[in-house]
Parts: sequence; C-alpha cells; structure tokens
Amino acid sequence: MTSAGVKGSRIGGLRRICGTIVVLSLVVLVPLERAINKEMARRGNVGELLYLPSGRAFQTLSLGYQGLLADIYWTRVVQYFGRKRLAHATRFDLLGPLLEITTELDPKLVIAYRFGAIFLAEKAPAGAGRPEEALQLLRRGIVANPDYWRFWQDLGFIYYWDLKDYASAARAFQVGSERPGAQVWMKALAASVAAEGGGLRASQLLWSEIYRQAGNDQIRRSAVSHLLALQAQEEIASLDALLRQYQQRTGHPARDFRELIAAGMLRALPRDPSGVPYQIGPNGLATLGPGSQIDLHLLQ
Amino acid sequence: MTGRVASIAFHTFKESVRERVLYNLVAFALLLIAAAILFGSISVGIGEIILVNLGLTSISVFGLLIAIFIGIGLVWKEIERRTIFNILSKPVRRAEFILGKYLGLLLTLVINTGIMTLGFYGALFYQKRTLEASDLGALEAVYFILLELAIVVGLALLFSCLSTPVLSAVFTFSLYVIGNFLGDIRWFGQETGSTLVQGLTSGIYYLLPNFSNFSVISQVAHGERVPAYLLAANSLYALLYVSILLGAAILIFEEKEFK
Amino acid sequence: MPAIETLDLTKDYSAGFIRKRPLRALDGVNLRVNTGEVFGLLGPNGAGKSTTLKLLLRLIFPSAGTARVLGRELDDVAMHARLGYLPENPYFYDHLTAREFLNYAGELFRLPCAERRRRVDQLLVRLGLEASADLPLRKFSKGMVQRLGIAQALVNDPELIFLDEPMSGLDPLGRREVRDLILQLKAEGKTVFFSTHILSDAEVLCDRVAILNRGKLQGCGELREILSLGVSATEVVLENPPAGLLEEVRKLTRPAVKTGDRVRIEIPEEADVAPVLEAILRRGGKVVSVSPVKISLEDYFLEQVRMGPEKPPAEQGVARVDKEGER
Repeated sequence: MTSAGVKGSRIGGLRRICGTIVVLSLVVLVPLERAINKEMARRGNVGELLYLPSGRAFQTLSLGYQGLLADIYWTRVVQYFGRKRLAHATRFDLLGPLLEITTELDPKLVIAYRFGAIFLAEKAPAGAGRPEEALQLLRRGIVANPDYWRFWQDLGFIYYWDLKDYASAARAFQVGSERPGAQVWMKALAASVAAEGGGLRASQLLWSEIYRQAGNDQIRRSAVSHLLALQAQEEIASLDALLRQYQQRTGHPARDFRELIAAGMLRALPRDPSGVPYQIGPNGLATLGPGSQIDLHLLQ
Repeated sequence: MTGRVASIAFHTFKESVRERVLYNLVAFALLLIAAAILFGSISVGIGEIILVNLGLTSISVFGLLIAIFIGIGLVWKEIERRTIFNILSKPVRRAEFILGKYLGLLLTLVINTGIMTLGFYGALFYQKRTLEASDLGALEAVYFILLELAIVVGLALLFSCLSTPVLSAVFTFSLYVIGNFLGDIRWFGQETGSTLVQGLTSGIYYLLPNFSNFSVISQVAHGERVPAYLLAANSLYALLYVSILLGAAILIFEEKEFK
Repeated sequence: MPAIETLDLTKDYSAGFIRKRPLRALDGVNLRVNTGEVFGLLGPNGAGKSTTLKLLLRLIFPSAGTARVLGRELDDVAMHARLGYLPENPYFYDHLTAREFLNYAGELFRLPCAERRRRVDQLLVRLGLEASADLPLRKFSKGMVQRLGIAQALVNDPELIFLDEPMSGLDPLGRREVRDLILQLKAEGKTVFFSTHILSDAEVLCDRVAILNRGKLQGCGELREILSLGVSATEVVLENPPAGLLEEVRKLTRPAVKTGDRVRIEIPEEADVAPVLEAILRRGGKVVSVSPVKISLEDYFLEQVRMGPEKPPAEQGVARVDKEGER
C-alpha cells in the first residue's frame, strides 16, 4: 500500500518524536521519583501524611465519605507506626495528630482509640511514650462512645503502667466495671489495684486479661512479654530471699547458684521463663543471665 | 507552528472564559475563602491556620473541578460537533491542535488560580491586617497546585481523545484520587511480601501520576517553607509527566479518523 | 496538473463492536478534476461522497489507493493553505460571533492581521452576513450558518474549494446566491469540487460530474455526454380524453397518468408514437402537446442506482455509517 508508505515517511517523523518523548520521560521519571522519595525520607519529612491538621476541616470537605476517609487515615496510622518502628525511630510526632484526625472523621472507630492509645502510651522504642496524649484520646473515645467499657480498662491500664497512678487506675477499672456488659474481672481488678497498688497480683491479673482478649498478635506478644517479665521479677525476688538466707547461714555471700544447690537450698539451677539460667550479680543479688529474652525494663 | 498553536490556545481560553460554569466555580471558591475567615474567627488561636488550609484547599479543589469539567470536553466537543473539520482542513497539524488545546486550558487555569489566589491574599490581609514576607509561602503551595492541575489537564485531554466526557471525568478523577494515595499503595505492596504484588504496585507507583509530593498545604499553614529541592524536583516531575500525556495524546490523535 | 487525482481510492470502515467487519465505503475510485473546473460529485445519501471529501482533506485515511491534491500528497498538510472546505451541515462555535470565527479561521492560515481583517469584511459582505457579523453564532439560522461555512472556506482565497452539500439547509433565494457564488469562483479561475444529491444544482453548475453509488464510481464525464447516453422518450398530453381511449392506449404503450383534466402519456419507444397519436385522433381526443423528452439527470441517476448490484448485507452498513456522517 503506497499510501501507508507515504504516511510513514511524512507522519512517521512526528510519531517517532512523540514516542521518544514518552519513553524518555518515563525513563527519567523513575529515578526522579526515587530521588524525591529518598530526599523526603532523609529530611524526615512526613508532612505528606497529614493533608489537613484537623479532622473537622477535613470532614466538611469529605462530601460524606468520612467513614471511608477515617479508614484510610487509620491505615495510615498503622503504616506510619509500623514504618517508624521498622526504622527504629524514637520520635512519633505525627502519631497524635493522625489519630486525632482519624477519630474526628469517625468517632465510632473504636479500634483507633484503643490501638492508638497503646501506640501512644508505650515507651520508646515500642511506642511514642506519650501517656498523657493517650489518656486524652481515650477520654475523647469515652465521650463519643459512653457505653464502651473497654476504654475504661485501657484508661486504667495506662494509669497503672505508664503513670504508676494506682488510685486513678483503680478508679478507672471501677467505673468501667459498672458499664453495661463489662466483664466481672474488671471489678476484681479494681479491688486488687486499690488494695495493693502496683503489686504483682494486680499486674498479673491485668496482663492475663489483656492476653486473653488480645485482638491481634502484637498486643498478645506484648502481654506475653509483660507476663514473663512479671514472672521473672517474682522469681528474682524469691532467689534474692534465698541468697540472703544463704549468707546468714554461711556468713559469706554466694557467688554461684551451685553453692545453694550444694547447701540443699535449691534442687537445680534456676532458669528464667525464657530458659536462660539466672546469675548472681556483683552486688550479690540474682539477675537475668546473658541472652535472656526477658525484658525487665517493661515493668518500670 | 507556534503561531497556530497560540491561536488555538487563545481561542480555547476564550471558549472556556465564556463558559458559565467557570464563573460559578470561581465565585464559589472565593465564597469559601471568605467563609474561611468566619471559621477562623469562631475557633481560638488557629484562625490563620484554618484560613490558609481552607483557602488553599479551595483553590486546589476548584482548580481541579475546572480542570476536569472543561478539560474533558476540550477535544470531545470539537469532534462531536464536528468543528474539528474546520480546523483540520486548514494547514493545522494535529499535534498543533492538541498542544493549542492544552495550553489554552492551562492558561485558563493559571488565570483562574491567580484570581482565587488574589482572593485568598485579600482574605489573609483582612484577617491579619498586614501581610508579611512569610506569607509568600502560600505562593509555593499555589505553584504546586498549578503543577498538579497541569498534569490533571493532560490526563483529561488524553481521555478526551479516547472517550466520552462522562467516562473521561470518571477516569481523570479516579487517577487524581489514586495519585494521592500512591505512596500507600506501594507501601501496601511491600508489606504483603509477595514479589508479584510488589512488582505490580511498584509499576503502578511509577506509571501513574504521583500527586502526594505536591500537597504542601498543611506545611505552609504551619509556616514551613517548601524546600528549594522539592520545588525543582516537582517542577521537573510535572514537566516530564505532562510530556508523556501530551505525547500519548498526539500519538492517539494522529491516528484518529473523523467520520 | 490536475487539481485532484485519485487512484483506486478505497476506504473501509470497520463496523461492529466485538466482531469487526470491514465495510467498504469507497471502492477503488479513480477521479481526475482539472484545474479551473466546477466538478460535481453526485450520488444518493450514503454513496460515499462525504467519505471522498474527508479522505482528500485527511480527516480520515485511505485503506488503499492514493490521491494527490494540487499535486501534493494527502499527508502534506501545508497544502491545506491553498484549500477551502465547507463540511456537510457545518457547525461552529456557539460562543463566537461570525466576525470572530472568520478571524480565527484566518489566524489558522497565518494571514497577516491587516489582510485578515480585509478578507473577513469582504466575505461578510459577499455572503450577506454583514448585518449579523457581531451576533453570537448560537443565534444564527441554519442558512446563515451555511453561508458562514462558505465564508470560512474562502477566507484564505483558496485555489481549490471543497463544498460538501453546499445547498443543503438553504431557502430558494440562498440556493440561488450560492449558485451565483460558485459561478463567480469559477470565473475567478478557482477549482470547485462539490458534492450534492440535488441534481438540478449539478445540471446548472458543473462542467463535469462523477456519479457515486454505494462507494463505486458509476460514471464520470461531461453532463451532456452522460445524458446523451440515455434514451429519450416522447410525451403526449391531452385534455378530456373520451371514454375508451385510455384503455386502447394502454395496450400500445405505458399507462397514462391523469392529473385533473389532463392526461400525460409517456412513450419510450419511438415506433409507438405514431400508433398512439393515431388512436387519439381516431377517438377524437384533444391533443395539447407532443414533445420529445430528453432523459433528465434524475432519470439517469435513478436508472444507475436501480441497476446497481443487489445490496449485500454488509453494504447496508455503509449506507448507515455514511448517513450518520450526514446528520
């Protein structure tokens, strides 16, 4: 076909130019985008996450799709948190605002308050270490969802663990236990915390309940670590008692648990819940052995 | 060549300026900016932040609406009403037509955005009773909005060569929304751990227009300046992406038959 | 050098949404239009007239064959500077005035500003639009739009003018004006190539015509030649025929056609004329006139169309496709 040939010669030039422009631009685009991303990451510029500083302003512009937007924001919260944790970041500046936007867009998004409060309250590196913000978030959740008793449980939890405010914690558990549908153990928890403050039983009760109702692995793992640490703490306390007893009996401090076995005070080498033998520290007290999976700092 | 492109661009501009919907949109945007002053006055301490946020967001949203509503009809209307016959039977190359149409609408958007920006600064002055050098940061946000609109118009034009206005509007708007969440999409792909999904989401990430780097409104509202690096990189990005869209539109249009 | 030359120009449209079937809208057309002549492209709706014009103007691309316009390849868009084109049922921008639109057209030809203004004023007067020159086009009647269409086709003072159905939508007066205009253009030495399905226009204007039917060229040449190919007949008109006469006539030739008091008898065979007249006179009929009938273009045309090949199903689609274009 001659016409095709003619068209090829005259129009082909333009077509080649256009095709080349398209392909070249695409090729340059990829490294450019990579460079932008890299630079943004280097500057720690996460402004992109926050379209608007206030969820309320966003709500008016969302044309009735607040629910969906809240879900999107919630996803962003999780990603932001996850990304930061992967990067071992210690600052979570945007976590609070993101959670605020999310819960303002959808005040009934219960998981955002609960999960968010845990993210906010946990000490670095596990979380943002901002228990006060977590309390605020939960209080807003309680206002928006007054019948949801678990917020009180979370509130008490943060008072108990992060603020060591046992009176407030007990009060929170008590109020929560009076909400409709609250589990019975909330009452027990309230009583236990009120009676012994930061005592071991209350702590174990708290973490076992958290473990039992944990909705996801992260929380469950966290509960397990706490429970194990509690157990180790308890064991260390009894070992310390044994060591004191040994010193009283023999007049000199033990340097190794084998001496206690020889003295018939222990039947075997004591091991922590992760299976690593306990050691005796330079101060003569029991400590965790090297390589132990237990993190006693969780309990501080 | 440039003369004819300019002539088509100017007439496209003239056509859109005589479109009533344009005035409604600009008027509504100005109204919203004015309303931002009210919003600001009923909250405490963050009046200026709200004004900047809402004002710049209005400029962005209404620019987007203008870009889409006028952009989708650009080429389609000429084909549908067969006014294209009058143009292409003259010594006008099809590429010139596409470029002219694109530049014409871009000119419309620049002028509209300019008007809305003036309205915004007017509102800001009304609120603060003064304007400082730091308020120039809003211009950087407006510049990014324009870059974004330049890509959106390119998208609308490309779809307008291919499809009906309704479908074009849907496609353009969808791509705008997706383009704002592209970072999330890629992150999601990396999270799944599947190579296939990762490759797919990375492909989407680089192929579709990425608008997430263009939104600096909230930073500007908090008085942060946009880094010069980002200004340059985003300008280049928009230029490249518009070249892709226009190149593709011309390739399609060159082959098109007007029955 | 001919103004237009086509060689086996063929255009297939693919129709059907899922299963594409090729539809031949134009089938191997060979045409030659000389410089300075008025050339008519005749044919019924859907014959391929608009397709031919659009191919020559590069609005669509040929499936096979080639064509040259003003000695240039179709892809040479620069050649459009020497052309004018009036599309069928033209439509222009609502938001412009006639003057603005003509100016725009002039700009696309890169006419210098002063010359453009002069040409625009001139054309507004020439097509009788000066009174409505500054009215927005949405207020224009169909006839005014048609005139504006012609004006924009002439804005660059073209050598070759394509007019697609230039008379459609015009009242008798406007039609007359357009005829005069085409003759003026011819007198100025321009080549006019126009399509029409109105044969009287072609009879008055064209030096040569081509007849298209279902995409195929049926004939091409001077009207005189084409018409002399036809057979003539004799027409007899009588008044108040006596009883029994018409029955007798019917046995001899075609049946008579009665209108009011008068009766018209068309006798195709020359040999039958004498017996018919004899019979009339014998019965005392009153003859008003006896006249030879030259075949009209219309008759020729109908004959060509009737004799055309049976329509295969695919070609009905062609007619449909083209009609869409003529809406």
